[in-house]
Amino acid sequence: MAVDYTTQAAGGIGDAVLRKEDRKFVTGEGRYVDDLKLPGMLHAAFVRSPFGHARITSIDAAAALALPGVHAVLTHESLPVETGVLSASNPGGDVRHPEQAILVKEIARYVGEPVAMVIADDRYLARDGADLVHVEYDPLPVVVDAEKALEAGAPLVHAEYDSNLVKTLEHHTDGFDDAMAKASKVIKLRVDNQRLTPSAMETRGCIGDWQDATGEVTLYTSTQVAHFVRTFVSIVCGTSEAKVRVVTPDVGGGFGAKLNTYREEFAVCAASHAVGRPVKWIEDRTEAGVATIHGRAQVQYYEVGVTDEGKIVALKFDAIQNNGAYNMLLTPSISHLTLFMVPGLYDIQDISIRIRQAFTNTTPTDAYRGAGRPEATHGIERLMDAIADELGIDAAEIRRRNFIKPEQFPYSSATGLIYDSGSYDENLDAALELSDYAGFEARRAESEAKGKYRGIGLSTYVEVCGLAPSAVTAALGIGAPGWEHSTVRLHPTGKATVITGTSPHGQGHATSWSQITQTELGIPFEDVEVIHGDTAFQPYGLGTYGSRSLAVGGIALYRSLGKVREKARELAAHLLECSVDDMEWTGTAWQVKGSPDRSKTIQELAYAGWTSASLPEGIEPVLEATTFHDPPNFTFPSGTHVCEVEIDPDTGRIEILKYTAVDDCGNVINPLIVDGQVHGGIIQGLGQALFEETVYAEDGQMLTPTFVEYLVPSAADVPEMTLSRTTTPSPSNPLGVKGIGEAGTIGASAAIVNAAVDALSGLGVRHIEMPMQPARIWNVIQEAKS
Amino acid sequence: MIPSTLEYTKASSIDEAVAAVAAGAVPLSGGQSLMPMMRLRLAAPHAIVDLSGIPELVGICEDEDEIAVGAMTIHREIAASELIRAHAGLVADAAGGIGSPQVRNRGTIGGSLGHADPHSDMPATLIAAGASVIAKGPNGERRILAEDLITTYLTTTLEPGEIITQVRIPKSDDHSAYAKFHRRAIDWTVVGVGVCIGDNGVRAAATGVADKPVRLSAFEAVLNGGGSLDDAIAKVAEGIEPHAGLDGSVEYKKHLLGVLARKAHGEASSR
Repeated sequence: MAVDYTTQAAGGIGDAVLRKEDRKFVTGEGRYVDDLKLPGMLHAAFVRSPFGHARITSIDAAAALALPGVHAVLTHESLPVETGVLSASNPGGDVRHPEQAILVKEIARYVGEPVAMVIADDRYLARDGADLVHVEYDPLPVVVDAEKALEAGAPLVHAEYDSNLVKTLEHHTDGFDDAMAKASKVIKLRVDNQRLTPSAMETRGCIGDWQDATGEVTLYTSTQVAHFVRTFVSIVCGTSEAKVRVVTPDVGGGFGAKLNTYREEFAVCAASHAVGRPVKWIEDRTEAGVATIHGRAQVQYYEVGVTDEGKIVALKFDAIQNNGAYNMLLTPSISHLTLFMVPGLYDIQDISIRIRQAFTNTTPTDAYRGAGRPEATHGIERLMDAIADELGIDAAEIRRRNFIKPEQFPYSSATGLIYDSGSYDENLDAALELSDYAGFEARRAESEAKGKYRGIGLSTYVEVCGLAPSAVTAALGIGAPGWEHSTVRLHPTGKATVITGTSPHGQGHATSWSQITQTELGIPFEDVEVIHGDTAFQPYGLGTYGSRSLAVGGIALYRSLGKVREKARELAAHLLECSVDDMEWTGTAWQVKGSPDRSKTIQELAYAGWTSASLPEGIEPVLEATTFHDPPNFTFPSGTHVCEVEIDPDTGRIEILKYTAVDDCGNVINPLIVDGQVHGGIIQGLGQALFEETVYAEDGQMLTPTFVEYLVPSAADVPEMTLSRTTTPSPSNPLGVKGIGEAGTIGASAAIVNAAVDALSGLGVRHIEMPMQPARIWNVIQEAKS
Repeated sequence: MIPSTLEYTKASSIDEAVAAVAAGAVPLSGGQSLMPMMRLRLAAPHAIVDLSGIPELVGICEDEDEIAVGAMTIHREIAASELIRAHAGLVADAAGGIGSPQVRNRGTIGGSLGHADPHSDMPATLIAAGASVIAKGPNGERRILAEDLITTYLTTTLEPGEIITQVRIPKSDDHSAYAKFHRRAIDWTVVGVGVCIGDNGVRAAATGVADKPVRLSAFEAVLNGGGSLDDAIAKVAEGIEPHAGLDGSVEYKKHLLGVLARKAHGEASSR
């Protein structure tokens, strides 16, 4: 999609307007938690377990306490907060939910688990003090691999249970066995979707400020979900929710890792209570590698039954999800999202799914960009290529034969979802055209002449986002709703404040919410201020994750704008002395139908509503409206990504020569922001495909805690991307929007891996695990040749 | 990633720096290795002495049959030096490819040698080029062959109190080149090979395949004995046992050694 990034467009829906937020961020004027300094503030550092599993036999803090500038050393014994379950997720019921102490109680279960907390005058002294806390450990047996954790006799992560099984999610359709029995071929594939470290540019950080006299607690924290955090802080710290205020200043990325409630957030509040001063903690980068949740970590076993023509008749999916040592906010629900999307965008009605979740002695896993759906998409898209290969059918053709067709929408999936809309052939056709799929074999021959392997890979995806209808979250055992809040307030001068329950941390809501406001209410883009991320200003907000902000929060805003506009209409009719039915909306004013000289601009009406000199009967002063919008359904973005790679057999390096993405996210508010989301999403998918992997040694040590070992791609690793869009508006909301925050990541990894497998298919290579680092590719080539 | 408390001084002369180091301070040059190690608390010096205020440690000049490079000269300057390009192309190659532009604008040749990371680019090329370093300590100045400087991981033959003041590279007419492999566009080197081809034969050294940079003796011996490049490549890993890591297996690194030796040899020959 050709977007001119160099000129400032108008500021309504659909315009590629430059982001309001950019100036402060690119000039270094953003204000993050670490920029905040409260009077009398102290600093915290954590002593963390160096063992994957160990019993703490003693903690000696004398040397730390003797260090000048150290105020306190807190442990489980001295930290005045309750131990509890820090998860809101219980899919299917009966999920094993071990309690987490804020600081380890007796047994540490993963490297990096917080054992003690040192409070000092500054960050450096706090760290020095932490190094002086002497903890004696008695190491216990460790299990890090989820499959091994479920074997009989595996070390138990939690001794109170008889196994490491957290929960088994199952879903079987009645006709599955018969359908599988009728398949003319059954193809099997094992896919390891490796563990990843989310790596937001801003690490986590928080400041707790407990006012003893009033019992008020203010927590400044880098989060995606301020209100969730407030609810949990009040429960864990034993104070009234009404006395807790959670403030999120600018947040430098989250990717789902900040969709959580972390022990450190409770710890700084409790510590502030204990020492009587504000306490700040800023996570350092190596801490971020072990103390913040990880993503993915799912091993999948596929078994698919097909006809000779390549039509899928039955699909069996058996997976093991590594939950880590505890369940965090949504851990047990992440693989439930995988379950939903197992069939992908294919018309598969006979299905058998089992996902076993396991405790291991590793950092807990939870939502990471895509959260469960990239796992499903990567697996099924690898499987489609395996089917194509087995049957000798082209990779695009095999997908086409199995696509859900446009006339089947709304489509009831075998996993219980209702796909809203989509045109998968259209995505595929556009992507094949843009990538010159038809001309590929000639390019392959060119590479072969140079001694290189060239391959092309497809990934066609659908995802479920716009989380979520509250009745559905309740049915899924998530102890929280899925609606969103908005308030639109017009000031006497005709400017607008928009208060949103969404919590942007890079998504540009200040810009796109202003665009919606301009189009729907006629207030110019630059006259709109968007407020978010402060529980003092919002009745409640569910936050930003799961590509929900626009499809849920944007609609909450749309509805509030409509309410204000309708109220303005009544006021205008009253002031112009005519009937409401005689008014027409011009886009910026209400006028008497056909009489432009008899009109009131929205600004004039804002003033009139404030002065309240003359209001119609039954109308309250001030143009302001609030909405709590609960979506009727999820939304279902889709797309086709095509990747072309060249592999150097000497080194195993994969070079991406060409990357094409055609995405359908429904209607677009700001094409510039959508393109940015697609670019960033693809790069994260590329990171998983080529570079990133969080590695544990058998003994529980984490081998990739810094960016020396954990390879995040840089700009120099990113190929040029050709983006395009198709549009099937979502029928589930009045703006017809779907969501684009995670789509790039969901689509990308399989396209890249499929391209690499295709490149090496001539050697007999049928599958490659991620990350496809050069050494792995070189090994794959050697094994194929030998 | 918070360094421990330490004492910081900035020296304005070599003697002042030597005195500080002799008293136990760790010398800080460009900070591209020491600072991350301090932040990780893998290094926790009680004192550091900053060498960035000593003018005579910076610069590149001819000195009879050698090029004298001040220890605090940054990689970017070395990569851009026509003098070094003309007489030791492989050193310029290496300097131009270290880390990222930011690293090349801060990191120094002396710092890279003194740090002795077994994946550094610079030491291997200086060994292949037959360079020496000048070290100054409380007992005066001495010359150490680059090849004799690094003994194992992060360890050198510098005596307590000594700092590297200069690197001396022979003004040779050798044709030379450095070839390396790394995983991401900006990343640590997995394996790198420097090759010099001249009237006195071939010299080659590699990084990333041992606990220190190593001469590729078997490779040199084949070529200097009149053998073919293919034969030399076949023996390039003789006597070398790389460590397996997240960046590759032993076999992979040995294989890369051959690929990169061939590439460096080819580029050197074509210069």
